[in-house]
Amino acid sequence: MSLRRKRASSGTTMQAFKDSGHLFRLAAVFALGTLLFLVMRSVLVPKSFGQYGHYRGNAMAEIAARPVSFAGHQTCETCHADVLDKKKDGKHAHVNCEACHGPQARHADDPSSVQPPKLDTAVLCVRCHEANAAKPKTFPQVASADHSSGLPCDTCHQPHSPAIESPASVSSAVSSPAVRSPVHSPAGGGAK
Amino acid sequence: MSISRRHLLLLLPAAAVAWKHVLAGTPESSPSYTMSQHWWSMLIDLPKCIGCGNCVRACQVENDVPDGYFRTWVERYHVSDYDIENPHVDSPDGGKKGFPPTKDEGGKNFFVPKLCNHCADSPCTQVCPVGATFISPDGVVLIDKKYCLGCRYCIQACPYGCRFLNPQSNTAEKCTLCYHRITKGLTTACCEACPTGARQLADLKNPNDPIHEFLKTHSVQVLKPYMATHSKVFYNGLDGSVR
Repeated sequence: MSLRRKRASSGTTMQAFKDSGHLFRLAAVFALGTLLFLVMRSVLVPKSFGQYGHYRGNAMAEIAARPVSFAGHQTCETCHADVLDKKKDGKHAHVNCEACHGPQARHADDPSSVQPPKLDTAVLCVRCHEANAAKPKTFPQVASADHSSGLPCDTCHQPHSPAIESPASVSSAVSSPAVRSPVHSPAGGGAK
Repeated sequence: MSISRRHLLLLLPAAAVAWKHVLAGTPESSPSYTMSQHWWSMLIDLPKCIGCGNCVRACQVENDVPDGYFRTWVERYHVSDYDIENPHVDSPDGGKKGFPPTKDEGGKNFFVPKLCNHCADSPCTQVCPVGATFISPDGVVLIDKKYCLGCRYCIQACPYGCRFLNPQSNTAEKCTLCYHRITKGLTTACCEACPTGARQLADLKNPNDPIHEFLKTHSVQVLKPYMATHSKVFYNGLDGSVR
């Protein structure tokens, strides 16, 4: 077939139209792909993604839905106003209830059946008051072995208001010679 | 209807705002807590810290933190007089059970509680490839457990070492600033359990919060300010040797 005949048999306009079919098919494939992408995206990406930023907005509500373990001192004080009264003039006035009594949300939800455990002051008080050179100098500290020879602290100190009002009562309550009179570090300051 | 070029240009910003609202959905779904009204931070008053470990224990109970991992922990610093650039730091079991006696009483000894700094420009959220960690509109850096792949990028990115991989869920974990508590009007578990008030939750957007007066009247510093992370955990009385 000569070149001349080939040109003659296929008109230039007809040929352009015939070729454009490829483009339409290609465009259709792209359109279908884009549509598929958009459909899949709308199904797979959670609705709240991008609500506030490049993350799932609902995540915050899910994190916030976690139940609490510490009820908070305001909750304690609604029932235990008597303890608040006892505390208010003492050095422990600003120590929250659950700092010593531990998490009590379950007790607050159901006060009759969930009772807080009894505390051992021999263990509890030294967590804060055992002498350590890294503690602030103004914080009341004792070497517990020296101070009470293992006796529980509430033999002399009432935890809700720990200052000893009459030293005489202590000496009568405690006969052990190992128990010293106040051995606290420099006076003043302390827990605020 | 024909729109001139001038009118189209005027319409575009309005359309953009409208589209943003379509994307945003209903902004505040919780009726009692409005995120946009808060910008949470924490104040740590170091001269009050006694290293009792109450905060560490409270955090572990409140947030089910696995044993041996910490969302908050307490470090003990010993800085000798002749080498202030090389402090000796220890934190036995994160300070959870308190601290053994400080042997070297010379020099300076003090406690430093640490936790996520909830940076306003946090490196950890920037490296997350899937949008699993983010800073919430109320200023708390959070992790979406359902989205986290466990790739550990964020753990490496945090300059403060505040993140870890939860061995059970294999997702990154860190302090949420007790988001489940602060959104209910409570303070964080660590602040609730702190006996001396060394840790205090603060809301920078609340004009009545005592933090504003405190920041004005005290020498307050953040950890690693040169990292420009805009940390929101403020330390009062922070020694220069603290890393």
